[in-house]
Amino acid sequence: MTERLLDVRSLRVAFETEQGTVRALFGVSFSVAPGETVGLVGESGCGKTVTALSILRLLPSPPSKVEGGEILLRGENLLPLPEKRMCDVRGKAISMIFQEPMSSLNPVLTVGEQVAEVFTAHGVCGKREAAERAVAWLRKVRMPDASLRAREYPHQMSGGMRQRAMIAMALALSPSLVIADEPTTALDVTIQAQIMALLQEMREQERMAVLLITHDLGVVHDFADRTAIMYLGRIVEIAPTRDLFADPIHPYTQGLLASLPGKQPGMKRLPSIPGTVPDLSAVPPGCPFADRCPFRQAAFARFRSGEAPADSLEICDREDPPLFEYAPGHLAACHYQRAARGEAR
Amino acid sequence: MYRYIVRRVLISVPLLIGISLITFGVINMAPGGPIGISSDLNPKATAEYRERLKAYYGLDRPIYVRYGQWLGRMAVLDFGDSFSPDGRKVWDKIRERIPVTLSINLLSMATIFLIAVPIGIYSAVRKGSLFDRIATVTVFTGFAVPTFWLALLLMILFGVHLGWLPISGLVSLEHDSLPLAGRVADRAKHLVLPIFLAGFGGLAGISRYMRSNMLEVIRQDYVATARAKGLPERKVVFRHAMRNALLPVITILGLSVPDLLGGSVIFETIFAIPGMGQLFYQGVMSRDYPLIMGILTIGAFLTLLGNILADVGYALADPRINTGRTG
Ligand SMILES: Nc1ncnc2c1ncn2[C@@H]1O[C@H](COP(=O)(O)OP(=O)(O)O)[C@@H](O)[C@H]1O
Ligand SMILES: [Mg+2]
Repeated sequence: MTERLLDVRSLRVAFETEQGTVRALFGVSFSVAPGETVGLVGESGCGKTVTALSILRLLPSPPSKVEGGEILLRGENLLPLPEKRMCDVRGKAISMIFQEPMSSLNPVLTVGEQVAEVFTAHGVCGKREAAERAVAWLRKVRMPDASLRAREYPHQMSGGMRQRAMIAMALALSPSLVIADEPTTALDVTIQAQIMALLQEMREQERMAVLLITHDLGVVHDFADRTAIMYLGRIVEIAPTRDLFADPIHPYTQGLLASLPGKQPGMKRLPSIPGTVPDLSAVPPGCPFADRCPFRQAAFARFRSGEAPADSLEICDREDPPLFEYAPGHLAACHYQRAARGEAR
Repeated sequence: MYRYIVRRVLISVPLLIGISLITFGVINMAPGGPIGISSDLNPKATAEYRERLKAYYGLDRPIYVRYGQWLGRMAVLDFGDSFSPDGRKVWDKIRERIPVTLSINLLSMATIFLIAVPIGIYSAVRKGSLFDRIATVTVFTGFAVPTFWLALLLMILFGVHLGWLPISGLVSLEHDSLPLAGRVADRAKHLVLPIFLAGFGGLAGISRYMRSNMLEVIRQDYVATARAKGLPERKVVFRHAMRNALLPVITILGLSVPDLLGGSVIFETIFAIPGMGQLFYQGVMSRDYPLIMGILTIGAFLTLLGNILADVGYALADPRINTGRTG
């Protein structure tokens, strides 16, 4: 934890749309150590992809705008870097595997050309050698008939094979960090397991750090050293994965884990928690989870029924709770828990 | 691929016959006729004279017989003789117009694509920039301004006030006495305005089309993948986005093939150019059936050819289209 490869600090991102400003990230902070796998979990639309794209500065601007924060790669802030230096970072220091293997490969270039391009783009070697290295990498990610497949176009391949090609592309220059944005969501269940196993193997072989974005708690349980739970553009809890599963602090995390049947690690999708995710364009002040929070609701009910003299959690409607460290490396953002068990520190 | 082309060509034959059948019928049913021109206003034209004329042109036979005869001649690529007083071969009349019309249309089409495609791409890549906004305004002006009016304005400006360009015909009077370089320059000067104006409307359309294609492609996931590899923006645009954005242009090029020989009556009249448009106009006005049929058949043929070329070109350029390459 002392050495940090990637350090995202209070990152705030918004989109200027025709309906006004839509805030997507409200001060996201987390770090990734060299060789570490950090899981980033959250419901659809909570800002996982925006976080990933912001790190590589791939969000189109306009409409997107970084309103604040820093993204440090080995201590150097990426946000003010000139575009040319950023190109050196992309694909070489940090690479990305996208969610949709069906649309993430260029339909008019062969898969081999697209992998080879990673080498030529960074001036690693000439065209011919790049083509050979591309085939070698396709073989490494267990693409069947790699040298033949390299000459095929994406539409001639299955989703699983395309994702293998994407992985080859992402790993080709042995980056120190790979961001995998829901790498298996679009795939069949059996293929999902194969791709995750491949990622696992590659991670160990290449000793790279992984930011594993998913909405599958089973996946983080099996693969991530630490896990961050995201809700509405914030990280509401982050902890070593083992601690998070053993002692979830944030009511949102508790809800997620409670509805995992038998807590067994399997291919379970995020369970449903009562209530709906509020619209990002009109987020009220206070804790974003307040309307769905059992603690908040209970406190309010006690006050309404006269059982309690005052609304003890009135603060939830006024202030967005900051992250607080409950145990070494275990942080959560919740007013109730802070009052209930946090003051000790 | 070959099989596919052969199949397409074979399908075109009945299609061409169908088209000619319909045009033949429509033309013959149109009011008036070649006889009327020389007899209606002529008090000396007796009924007997009219019958003789009709027989002379073969118009006394029923329409299906005439169509059959026409088709029979077409089978050996004989367009027949014109009904006009000179009675020349239709093919000869068409053939002498081809170089003028073809060269103007080829040049204007090349100008359109060479200018409009880069404008569209640049507008899309720099969407909302000053360049994009200027291009947008210009394009909409281009759509809105009637070209014949613009043609007259430009003729007044460049031809009369500035005296830089000639305003009519294809060559100057002294053309034949000039040295080779002078003759080329002379022709070029005569062609500048017609080519610019013939391309003007298309320029607006194609640049808009290219811009929207490019904007669509740039949003695609694979463009993000290309950026994520660390490719410089130039390569992202030219290697990854542009190739995809250009694919539909192949179709447009194919569909433009018949326009290569289509003349514009308005331009040819304004600039006094002896092209296909003028010939067709004369043919229609004098109900010169063989000439009209000849020009329309060539048009239909080029349209079908253009369609085949577009599809074949697309299949060659886009690996996703499988036309049975292996078969
Ligand atoms: N191009 C955009 N324009 C406006 N809003 C956007 C855009 N991209 C993302 N957002 C907003 O950011 C939020 C987070 O999106 P995203 O990061 O894709 O979610 P996910 O966690 O499912 O990956 C979305 O709910 C959406 O409101
Ligand atoms: Mg996403």
